[in-house]
Amino acid sequence: MSSALGAAKWVSGIALVVLCTAGPAAAQRFHVPGETEQGEILYQANCVTCHGLEGDEVRSADLSRGEFRRGSSDDDLIQIIRNGIPGTAMPANNLTQIQAANIVRYLRSLAAIEPLTSVPGDAARGQSLVEGKGACLSCHRIGVTGSRVGPDLTDVGRVRRRVELERALVDPGAVVRPANRRFRVVTRDGATTVGRLLNHDTFAVLLMDDKEQLRSFAKPELRSYDFVLESPMPSYRDRFSAGELADVVRYLVSLKGIEPQTP
Amino acid sequence: MTKRATLVIALFAATATVGAQVSYDRLRQADREPQNWLTYSGSYASQRHSLLTQITPANVKNLEMQWVFQARSLERFQATALVVDGILYTVQAPNDIMALDAVTGRVFWTYSYRPSAAARPCCGRVNRGVAILDGTLFMGTIDGHLIAVDAKTGKPIWDVAIAKPESGYALTHAPLAVKDKVIVGPAGGEFGIRGFLAAYDAKTGKEVWRFNTIPGPGEAGHDTWGGDSWKRGGGPVWLTGSYDAELNLTYWGIGNPGPDYNGDLRPGDNLYTSSVVALDADTGRLKWHYQFTPHDEFDFDAAQIPVLADARWPEGTASSRSGQPGRPRKLMYWANRNGFFYVLDRATGEFLSGKPFVKVTWATGFDERGRPIQPVDKRPNAEGVLIFPGNQGGTNWYSPSYSPRTGLFYIPTWLNYDTVYAKRPVEFVEGQSFGGGNPRTTIPAGIQTATNNYQTEDEGHGAIRAIDPLTGEKRWDFKMADVTDAGVLTTASDLLFSGGREGYFFALDARSGALLWKATVGGVVASGPMTYAVGGRQYVAVAAGSSLFTFALRQ
Repeated sequence: MSSALGAAKWVSGIALVVLCTAGPAAAQRFHVPGETEQGEILYQANCVTCHGLEGDEVRSADLSRGEFRRGSSDDDLIQIIRNGIPGTAMPANNLTQIQAANIVRYLRSLAAIEPLTSVPGDAARGQSLVEGKGACLSCHRIGVTGSRVGPDLTDVGRVRRRVELERALVDPGAVVRPANRRFRVVTRDGATTVGRLLNHDTFAVLLMDDKEQLRSFAKPELRSYDFVLESPMPSYRDRFSAGELADVVRYLVSLKGIEPQTP
Repeated sequence: MTKRATLVIALFAATATVGAQVSYDRLRQADREPQNWLTYSGSYASQRHSLLTQITPANVKNLEMQWVFQARSLERFQATALVVDGILYTVQAPNDIMALDAVTGRVFWTYSYRPSAAARPCCGRVNRGVAILDGTLFMGTIDGHLIAVDAKTGKPIWDVAIAKPESGYALTHAPLAVKDKVIVGPAGGEFGIRGFLAAYDAKTGKEVWRFNTIPGPGEAGHDTWGGDSWKRGGGPVWLTGSYDAELNLTYWGIGNPGPDYNGDLRPGDNLYTSSVVALDADTGRLKWHYQFTPHDEFDFDAAQIPVLADARWPEGTASSRSGQPGRPRKLMYWANRNGFFYVLDRATGEFLSGKPFVKVTWATGFDERGRPIQPVDKRPNAEGVLIFPGNQGGTNWYSPSYSPRTGLFYIPTWLNYDTVYAKRPVEFVEGQSFGGGNPRTTIPAGIQTATNNYQTEDEGHGAIRAIDPLTGEKRWDFKMADVTDAGVLTTASDLLFSGGREGYFFALDARSGALLWKATVGGVVASGPMTYAVGGRQYVAVAAGSSLFTFALRQ
């Protein structure tokens, strides 16, 4: 128990945007961020502005297919990332060799997940499905609508690729990102509370429970506390048709979070 | 424990299970849930007076520290926290909102905001707190954004850029939520901004109304500005206003004109600078105003808390009182930076009284209509003229408190403090300092130490001064060796909490001013204390240095 929670400090220190390269969620009690995952964080911090989340926004330099025009070896790509390409918009980056290598690992992983469908989908139809038939907002929140119990989707299109969203819909248990794991506490009198772990330390567990209340528990008063490793999300493989799935993904990809308004 | 204390604790134990939806009705009736602290000043009346009574003059000596929150910021911690049903919300300077367990101080979540590099707040990258309405927190940022954040998760809901940071606009005060709107205005009086107060739809961030604190062509008061001086007239807002639901009026203190010290560039009274304005909360329309310092050349911002109180005011005019207790009236008490304590009728704006609460030389009194009489030799000139009170004022933005039980008004005060004001030529350059003068004072900045070696204890020092608001007469002083930037909290057990630059946080007997308890908090107290209760236990919290300290009675 205590070692599991010791490892969990990694979870709170990692940004929401982590890619798990290991096996199914049940094996992820201890989460150490992998090199590919570190590469994703670096990519999103340094590269995404020009290349886009999918890696395909610079037409002459599509990074999304696992094939690269300017070089094929890892060393070639590391050189390009660190030194830039003179005479083009690709600048040099202040990254170490190891950081650049992790970005290369991440880039090579982009093509690893095959899309289920190539249908483009319709965002408006997807929104109706998310709000209606899919009942997604009974657990998730988009803007000010929906539940806060599951992961907030307001900006999911800014941090998740199409194929990741698609996979999460059809096989939600395959990858439960550490930040999205649920947490269960049981008090000495047997009362169980499940929610989202917000913080914990030697003496306390702080979470948002499934009634959306911010709760603080003193550890000496708890019989047990641990992550719930299973995803409570149902698979939409059979609930949505292939076309509907494409619509929902298209809608989710369009969710970019809030932008400052100027009146 | 007294019977009353038991009653109050039973009351908040019963209401503690109410959800975190802070409706407008809850804000309006904040005194019905004294366990919570729902607005910057504790209630719409802004008395910074709590009905909690567990901590008393008899047991306050048993206060002990419960927890400290150390901000990851070395800025002055000026925010007053809110507490809603056991969750404490505060701001880590400059603009991170934190949700903490009010019992343990542990963090539930942080909303991190990185202000634009263009931000140039005059006086520190500070923030004085958030407002809450329903399930949403509202914060102004030093780069001119107003941001709505989900109080459960810390996720942003909307973000509106309302003023340009590169021109010197910054939002530093806690917004005021009224009905379905959030009211806020920009600081920047040292940069020649053109100030405003505006209300935004709490759901969308859309601007609903705007009141220009410097009236433009066609707006009432525009003729109090010579030439085009109104375009850079200042009139900032940097402290939270008050609200009277019966009158549906919201009251705000407006800051100094620009340039601060050289009035030659802006002939006229310069409305609505250094004034209080009363606005219709639905439309922003001006109901009345009163200008404390016409044509202000001393930087006597009216950035103070408008304190609303109801009392029997003697009938008659300012100069011909009958001396008889009058009818109950809706009053406004205002200890101004310019050294006068004012009583106004808050329904009409009628000037009822203005009495110096410190030594004042810039004005000798008031005419029948409440306009200050200013001697011609008490205006800044090129050589410099000595004025009481000094540049930081008889008081400043530090929250005062009014206790309806003692009937006293408590002012964090700078006593025996003066400044030599000299005016200088100045040209307006957008985004740059627009002062036009060189105020000089003997009071050193920062914590006083023996090595200063040139200042006596009596020369410019701080005090908590208690006055009778109906007469303006002093009842007592609690004298400090150094000056103070701390606000005052009073409670219904007749306790007073405050602090100062020396790094003490202390409790006084609100009736006598006697010191009952003190703690060394090791940093300047530049915030107003507040109090709350969770699970039947009363806490007192104050920010000092860059940390938030919380105390409760030893168990």
